[in-house]
Amino acid sequence: MSTAAAETRIAGADDPMVPRRYAITRVRQDTRDTFTLLLDPVDGDPLTFKAGQFTMLHAFGVGEVPISISGDPRNPAPLEHTIRNVGAVTRALVNAHPGTEIGVRGPFGTSWDAADAAGHDVVFVTGGIGLAPLRPAILDVLAERDRYGKVLLLYGSRTPDDILYGDEMRRWADLNDVNVQMTVDNAPYGYQGKVGFVTELITRAGFDPRRAWAFVCGPEVMMRSAASALAGRGLPAHRIRLSMERSMKCGIGLCGHCQLRDLFICVDGPVLDYARLEPLMNVREL
Amino acid sequence: MGDIRILQPSGLDSLIGVLHERGYRVVGPTLRGDAIVTGEIRAASDLPQGVGDLQDAKTYRLHERGDQAYFGFAAPAQSSKPVFFPAEEVVWRGRRDHDNDGHFTVERDAVDEPPVALLGVRSCDLRAVQIHDQVLAGRSHIDAHYVGRRDGTFVVAVACSDPAASCFCASMGTGPRPAENDPQTGAPSYDLLLTEVLADGDHRFILEVGTDRGADVVAALAASGAPVTRGTDADQADAIAVTDAAAALQTRVVDTAHVHDVLRASAESPRWEDVASRCLACTNCTLVCPTCFCTTVQDVSDLTGDSAERHRVWDSCFSESFSYIHGGPTRESTKARYRQWITHKLSSWEDQFGMLGCVGCGRCITWCPAGIDITEEAAALGRMSGLATPAATT
Amino acid sequence: MTATAPHGLAEPHGVTEEQAQTHSHAHGEEVPPASARPKLAVWKFASCDGCQLSLLNCEDELLSIAEAVHIAYFPEATRAVVEGPYALSLVEGSITTPDDVRRIHEIRAQSGVLVTIGACATAGGIQALRNWADVDEYRSVVYAHPEYLRTLDTSTPIASHVDVDYELRGCPVDKKQLIEVLAAFLNGRKPRIPTYSVCVECKLKGNVCVPVATGQPCLGPVTQAGCGALCPSYGRGCYGCFGPQDSANTESLTRQLVELGMPADDIVRVYRTFNAGAPAFAAASDAVAADARDRAAQERGPE
Repeated sequence: MSTAAAETRIAGADDPMVPRRYAITRVRQDTRDTFTLLLDPVDGDPLTFKAGQFTMLHAFGVGEVPISISGDPRNPAPLEHTIRNVGAVTRALVNAHPGTEIGVRGPFGTSWDAADAAGHDVVFVTGGIGLAPLRPAILDVLAERDRYGKVLLLYGSRTPDDILYGDEMRRWADLNDVNVQMTVDNAPYGYQGKVGFVTELITRAGFDPRRAWAFVCGPEVMMRSAASALAGRGLPAHRIRLSMERSMKCGIGLCGHCQLRDLFICVDGPVLDYARLEPLMNVREL
Repeated sequence: MGDIRILQPSGLDSLIGVLHERGYRVVGPTLRGDAIVTGEIRAASDLPQGVGDLQDAKTYRLHERGDQAYFGFAAPAQSSKPVFFPAEEVVWRGRRDHDNDGHFTVERDAVDEPPVALLGVRSCDLRAVQIHDQVLAGRSHIDAHYVGRRDGTFVVAVACSDPAASCFCASMGTGPRPAENDPQTGAPSYDLLLTEVLADGDHRFILEVGTDRGADVVAALAASGAPVTRGTDADQADAIAVTDAAAALQTRVVDTAHVHDVLRASAESPRWEDVASRCLACTNCTLVCPTCFCTTVQDVSDLTGDSAERHRVWDSCFSESFSYIHGGPTRESTKARYRQWITHKLSSWEDQFGMLGCVGCGRCITWCPAGIDITEEAAALGRMSGLATPAATT
Repeated sequence: MTATAPHGLAEPHGVTEEQAQTHSHAHGEEVPPASARPKLAVWKFASCDGCQLSLLNCEDELLSIAEAVHIAYFPEATRAVVEGPYALSLVEGSITTPDDVRRIHEIRAQSGVLVTIGACATAGGIQALRNWADVDEYRSVVYAHPEYLRTLDTSTPIASHVDVDYELRGCPVDKKQLIEVLAAFLNGRKPRIPTYSVCVECKLKGNVCVPVATGQPCLGPVTQAGCGALCPSYGRGCYGCFGPQDSANTESLTRQLVELGMPADDIVRVYRTFNAGAPAFAAASDAVAADARDRAAQERGPE
């Protein structure tokens, strides 16, 4: 390849390895350990993205983490990320005060492409913070609610205190005709709601498996049993989509960390259909 | 191109000189300590003349050949991988203004190095460079530093005459004589190809021209008075005889017709437990492999945290931290890590890039301190899966 | 990290928000007053002081370190003592007396982040050889009045007694890793302390593999990186100063050492040096010793 060709390919502000600067406009606490960061670019246009894509968020001098975008693809400013405070980088991000600049690379990866489900019932199955990467897809569907049949949101959480976007889920139920069903793994004495795993909701949920699509996001064990329960109800594997998590360092398929057999999860995923994933998810430590 | 010349060994210095004059940094095999490594070549005297090597599982020893051969050895301890893809490099450097909302600036680190001439690269390693071109520079996202270093490389390949016991390029279809063109892109594989002939006390290089650039260098060589003469078809036949003999010396084999499917079918093979009992999870195989490309990023900061750098560093799927996500590594056991590596090399690489990820250089066999042999593991998996041909031999 | 998981990394715990605030403000042109800087304490247990000296050997960086933290307790460097709690404690040495056990719990209670430094603190040190010996016998032979002596039968790492946030391995620790852990602490990030093998460092440096190219025994494949592959860079096999790597397969390495011609006694000795007490090395040495005993018994034949 020629030098000139190489330079055009590597030059410019769009270099995917160099973080773009964003300023934190607000940090909203959602639960005990989960926060939503609202970001505006320091210069240039806001980031446009598709539901399901992720970015690499960089706290200066601390490090970088892959985080799914949780905002509305049709209304991408400010940029929203919902983050659980579990490590050094996420701690630095959620503790930053408004105005602080952080780095953003991306958006990377594939989309939920929820519009493929138009004309059909839609089942969102999720647990814990898994609701955050799914939220853009839910908002995509709700923006054109009448194009879809029944819309179900089956949500599991560790405890009632860990329920994410609780008020918003109630609004979806009240205003958007979404059948929201919640369950918790552990509940305090006297808790009125359902207790149990989210996969148990799948067996009884009211949707037509012959004409439904499912979008699943959560810990891998939960996704495996949820996908298997959905398939058990008769949903074909190609109409079940999951968002996979693997170690990621570059976001552009070069570093090799996120490989799952022949897939680079950062470019071929994170959203993949169950037909592709099922044989891979059933092998331990692949 | 069928353009055959004869270069006398005394003309090697002139060749190196012409490359230097044209602004290339010349890199090739050179002796360092107990091994032949890839390093800077200033003159023909930097080449390991008269040195041979013995390589087999977990063994590498140099010896005096008792002749004047310049390239009478097999794969050097490290390939030319670090020339274009160094073990560690800075991706960007940043500064933060602490009193101003953590306002920071980031500058991409650019590659500013002279183009490289690879001298004496053998066909296995040359094929590995082509594979890296595909992996790091042939997809939607590219490694800018790799492209910057790789750009404009001049290749003086050497047809391999002395394969080691660990070699299996013939079985992989990657050598010992390099293909004229990159099978993926069709681009010429080399500018010049040298075959060293020692027979009958007549020490000479048969020089084949692969590109116009190569022809220019040969013309400059002749103009400088270097001992280059026209060759004949008989000379080319001699050259081909050298690599035919080299291919015939190789005993290790991979059943390339079946290995992709064998590994795909072997995810739950009991063989993984067996190999894990031997595997040290030391990462050596991956870090000497000319095609392994996995890296990690490291964020480095000073004590104040106002000056930071991001480094890209070679990584290995054999380390526990490689697959770490919150909650633990996805490949916790050594058996899962070995399975990942060999399956990637000999199966999923083909799904990803349309070629196998192994070039048969044998380094992973030689440099494994436990002597684990990728060809033996592949053959065992083949037998156990029942998918391989019963007698896969040369 | 729990006391039963002596290797690998964990998130620091016990740093209060105030402490985090403190060190995020410890920057700027002028050195902030001592009270605004996070307090650093350096503690010593059974050890040779070599790791503490590594800190004093950080000549180029020592001034910046002193400006960034308030050195509140460091007997090797200063007699001044500032009371706790301490944002960061560096702990050298192993636990060998009942008094040590009491003291390390007190230190833990007063420390935000606790980092153990060196083979003694992380594995029990060379003095962990007592774990294979009869301490009562030593006591009676070495001391005129053994009744004045209060000692334990074992030398154990700090993590066997209290929670440890990070471990710096080595005999002694590596200066660069020490500065890295301080920089990471000051910036609230995870220190880059690799837990993979020495082989990685050899390859990154371009070293040629010593055992493969020369036949010398080398503990590199089972030893944790961190020293910069010091010995192999000079053509010597690794001595294992940094203790076992996270995936150490000592059984396989032992087979290689046997093949390279190392007698069983020597193999036991190479595993029982500065990191003799590290579980992977202790088990490896025990296995070789037991195997040698069985072999000897077989050679003697039935009685």
